[in-house]
Amino acid sequence: MKPGFFEADGRRMSRGAILLLMAPFFALIFFAFIYPLGSLLSLSVLEPSPTLGNYERVLENPLYATVLFRTLRIALLVSLLSLALSLPVAILMANSRGPKAVFLTACVLLPFWSSVLVRTAAWAILLQRNGLVNDFLQGIGITSEPLRLLYTQGAVVIAMTHVLMPFMVLPIYGALRNIPSDYNRASAICGAGPLRTFWEVTLPLAMPGIIGGFILVFLTALGYFITPSLLGSPQEMMIATLISQQMRENLDWPFAAALVGVLTLLVTIITIAFSKVFRFERMLGASA
Amino acid sequence: MNPRAIILNAYVYAVLIFILLPILVILPMAFSETTYLTFPPEGMTLRWFEDFFGNSRWMAATWFSVKIAALTAITTAVIGTMATYALVRGAKAMGTLFQAFLIGPIVVPHIALAVALYLFFQNTGLSGTVFGYVAAHSIIAMPFTVFTVAAALSSVDPALEDAAMSCGANRFNAFRLVTLPIILPNVISGALFAFIISFDEPVIAFFLAGIRDKTLPRMMFDDIEQNLTPIIPAIAVMLTLLSIVVLLAAGLLKYVANRNAARVEQS
Repeated sequence: MKPGFFEADGRRMSRGAILLLMAPFFALIFFAFIYPLGSLLSLSVLEPSPTLGNYERVLENPLYATVLFRTLRIALLVSLLSLALSLPVAILMANSRGPKAVFLTACVLLPFWSSVLVRTAAWAILLQRNGLVNDFLQGIGITSEPLRLLYTQGAVVIAMTHVLMPFMVLPIYGALRNIPSDYNRASAICGAGPLRTFWEVTLPLAMPGIIGGFILVFLTALGYFITPSLLGSPQEMMIATLISQQMRENLDWPFAAALVGVLTLLVTIITIAFSKVFRFERMLGASA
Repeated sequence: MNPRAIILNAYVYAVLIFILLPILVILPMAFSETTYLTFPPEGMTLRWFEDFFGNSRWMAATWFSVKIAALTAITTAVIGTMATYALVRGAKAMGTLFQAFLIGPIVVPHIALAVALYLFFQNTGLSGTVFGYVAAHSIIAMPFTVFTVAAALSSVDPALEDAAMSCGANRFNAFRLVTLPIILPNVISGALFAFIISFDEPVIAFFLAGIRDKTLPRMMFDDIEQNLTPIIPAIAVMLTLLSIVVLLAAGLLKYVANRNAARVEQS
């Protein structure tokens, strides 16, 4: 957050007025966030006995450790794939003007604001046995009979990349738009070609946006529930599906709470470590 | 165009096909006569829309979601604007705490929030209630509203309010008559985004659903998981139209906001 975003001058309000205006916000956050999450996490260390037993189970049982590592691997893969697809789109968006810029922005924003469930259903239709992707693969002779594409890790990675890509495009685009065009000219005057200018001027200046987008996609992917639950294989589940299963089917609330604890801890550490590049107001502003 | 630009453009258009393909494939299926989902769709019918509007369970879920989304939009607009105004006009010191609480609910994975609320609402009997959903959706939609409002508020010259107060208005009237009309387009566009976020929210809705009261996303999840009927493409058509309308409305509001700002500058 840039200093001064929430600051302004003007006549001061009284302390009472400020508290009165802020009270509903803090009450809501306490009621629907702090208290529920706090009591869930306390369950993980207090039940069935006040120990770290639930957390030991997560890390020591190979079944659960596998889920955790698979989740990390898929989230990393999705982030890398999103970056590879998003960077060129963001570059073209930042360099376009007029109708082309509007068209590119609309192409990125329309899926961003359309339902995650609709997009997940669309991938289920595309990847089914007699779906378009299988038709295409058979048509160009890669395979002679339909492949099993749905309910695999590949399906999860592709659909999640599709759903989360806009979170990568928008921060990178925001960072690129903030680079004054003089810099490119200055670099050219000093004798650098376009490629060298890109590597030595544009890329370093866009780095906060790239890292911010990457971390945002990675964190969202870590806890993603809908797409892996609908398109993934039950034998290769991710942590969010495991949490849901422990909570709703096995009714093992303290263990589910420990899984939530591991996930929340991971996400919090990464967020704090990268808090300098996290400019949420810019990311949300770019999307809105 | 030089070769490098051609390669960049070609790559980007290939990526755009990837981005748009799923939506372009699912939308025409809403009009297909077949009961299974196949591409290209066969025939032309409005039967799936009739099925949707004629089915009391889908209709009940839709109205339930509309009610929750509308209340979420109002709640975040009112509470978010109040807190943001207090912060910008005097509570600088609380900025860090406010920001941490604001961003917390969207940084913490939705699954963690959903499970925590599931447990809390089970124990308090709030599962499946409108109040429970609105509280949960409000905290995840809040940042979008607050940042939209804060962006507008920080560009309003505080001298305008000071002038109103010098002329005898109290703080509330100065806000209501001077500042609010200037920031109103942003408040409404923040509320619109909160509406869409709530209306589309699948994860919390998945856990909080009672036996009777399900939101539209929860009904869609069940349908996709069980048999994926052509009702889903029909809903996709309507949701996509809704998103387009909201985006256009937000764009229009942004235009109005810029014009307002320019007018204030001049005067």
